[in-house]
Amino acid sequence: MALDRISLTDFRNHAATELGATARFNLLVGDNGAGKTNVLEALSLLAPGRGLRRAALSDIARAGSERGFGVGASLAQNDDEPVRLATYSESAHPNRRRVRINGADSSAARLGEWIAVTWLTPAMDGLFTGPAGDRRRYMDRLALALDPAHASHAARYEAALRERNRLLSDLREPESGWLDAIEAQMVQHGTALMQGRARLVETLAVRLAEMPAEPFARPALSYVPAAPDHADGLSQALFDNRRRDRAAQRTLEGPHRDELDVVHAAKRVPAAHSSTGEQKAMLVAMTLAHAGLAAQGRASLLLLDEVAAHLDPVRRAALFEQLRGSGAQVWMTGTELAPFSAIAGEAAVWRVSAGAVERD
Amino acid sequence: MASQEIETLAAALARLPGLGPRSARRAVLWLVKRRESALPALLEALATVGEALVECDTCGNVDTTNPCGICRDPRRDLKSLCVVEDVADLWALDRAKLFTGKYHVLGGKLSALDGVRPEDLNIAQLLARVEAGGVDEVVLAMNATLEGQTTAHYLAERLEEFPLRITQLAHGLPVGGELDYLDEGTLAQALRARRPLV
Ligand SMILES: [Zn+2]
Repeated sequence: MALDRISLTDFRNHAATELGATARFNLLVGDNGAGKTNVLEALSLLAPGRGLRRAALSDIARAGSERGFGVGASLAQNDDEPVRLATYSESAHPNRRRVRINGADSSAARLGEWIAVTWLTPAMDGLFTGPAGDRRRYMDRLALALDPAHASHAARYEAALRERNRLLSDLREPESGWLDAIEAQMVQHGTALMQGRARLVETLAVRLAEMPAEPFARPALSYVPAAPDHADGLSQALFDNRRRDRAAQRTLEGPHRDELDVVHAAKRVPAAHSSTGEQKAMLVAMTLAHAGLAAQGRASLLLLDEVAAHLDPVRRAALFEQLRGSGAQVWMTGTELAPFSAIAGEAAVWRVSAGAVERD
Repeated sequence: MASQEIETLAAALARLPGLGPRSARRAVLWLVKRRESALPALLEALATVGEALVECDTCGNVDTTNPCGICRDPRRDLKSLCVVEDVADLWALDRAKLFTGKYHVLGGKLSALDGVRPEDLNIAQLLARVEAGGVDEVVLAMNATLEGQTTAHYLAERLEEFPLRITQLAHGLPVGGELDYLDEGTLAQALRARRPLV
């Protein structure tokens, strides 16, 4: 199961780009700004979520386009008709994501029934050293690929949290019945959110433990919940903290303060203190482990933006070998073909320039 | 460049829910082309609505009479009361033709961010109707949005002191969305499978 006959219409700098006859390995080669990552972004929008740039939909349509953007692809099935997946926007509603599956209107969540997409981009290089919010979003994005409901729990928890914070910072004393109602929503969605994160990290850790310790600097992951992860406990904590939270004018305890702990397993050093190369290697290991988990019988798509060129030759060779055995359809970008020489013979190579592609 | 008159009409239409400037201009063009066939009927309908519609003092519905047709209908079951956020939700539910009781329109939903507080909604009127007696079941038919669900929870707590069965529409996360976007079959199903609110 892999994507074929991919089309991008008015998608960023791609006016009309077609990628037919794709392969297990697909390489997008071209200068910076040519539109390689835009292709990956388009592919990432064939899954639920906001895509690999987390961009506002209205920013995606090509400048000067009269229509919205469009991405379509055909997903080959083992012994059945291919499934047509499409997502697009309309100029009248530039922020509404529309989805069609086999020509019928559908929802982004339903895309997840057909395909799982995992990616690694240079923007994620600071994951271990950056703010904890980045790691929570990372956990949530990965958990979403395992359970489509995770995203709505995350969004609803956030919305309820904003309501509670707004009410707590009101000049008037908040009505306790109103707080009860908001906290009930935080408990319902917050516990689901925490359970989803815990399940993700647990399964990811098992998967990572099965991978060879070298050369990918195997990371050890642990999920650190910032509040009781069961309904009664979270409900009690929110209730007990009302006075303190009112003084602080915000909610001090809850899954919005969760943390993902990552340690270089062999060296027992926090990932944040590891070398840049080790951090990248750990990210690759986590991405590969997740791609394996996320597939769950669906088509699996792995998008690696500017990854190969930044690995040393040993790790690069190991990466290609892992990818070959992963069962995923792999899309990689680079400014040159040379780092991919070991797999170029079995890959579809696309030269990308100024929003157009040409098969090599 | 269109004339000032057309721009004024387009600007007025653009504010309608779901329209926007582009669709509004298309609608104006459509009307201009049919100014002899479709425009008079539309003008008359708009004038009638402007003159005749009133809000029902009992339930908040919008109708040509006060109390509204639903409140005055003797075949309606007095024991069952369905609480909705807006009149549009009332109409959507009533189109599904499954609910035979009466309605109560809150006039919105609780939202701390938008500054909509309990006293801004028709909650006192709801409690008064329940307190007057005769109501056995209150169906909280809020939208499946976070604010809708918060409002449902809040109302359930306020209604706790009354000897009532409090139920909620059986539409959850998978359906998401707002009531008047749901088709009648889905709405009927959500009503039929309504469940007690815990
Ligand atoms: Zn009425």
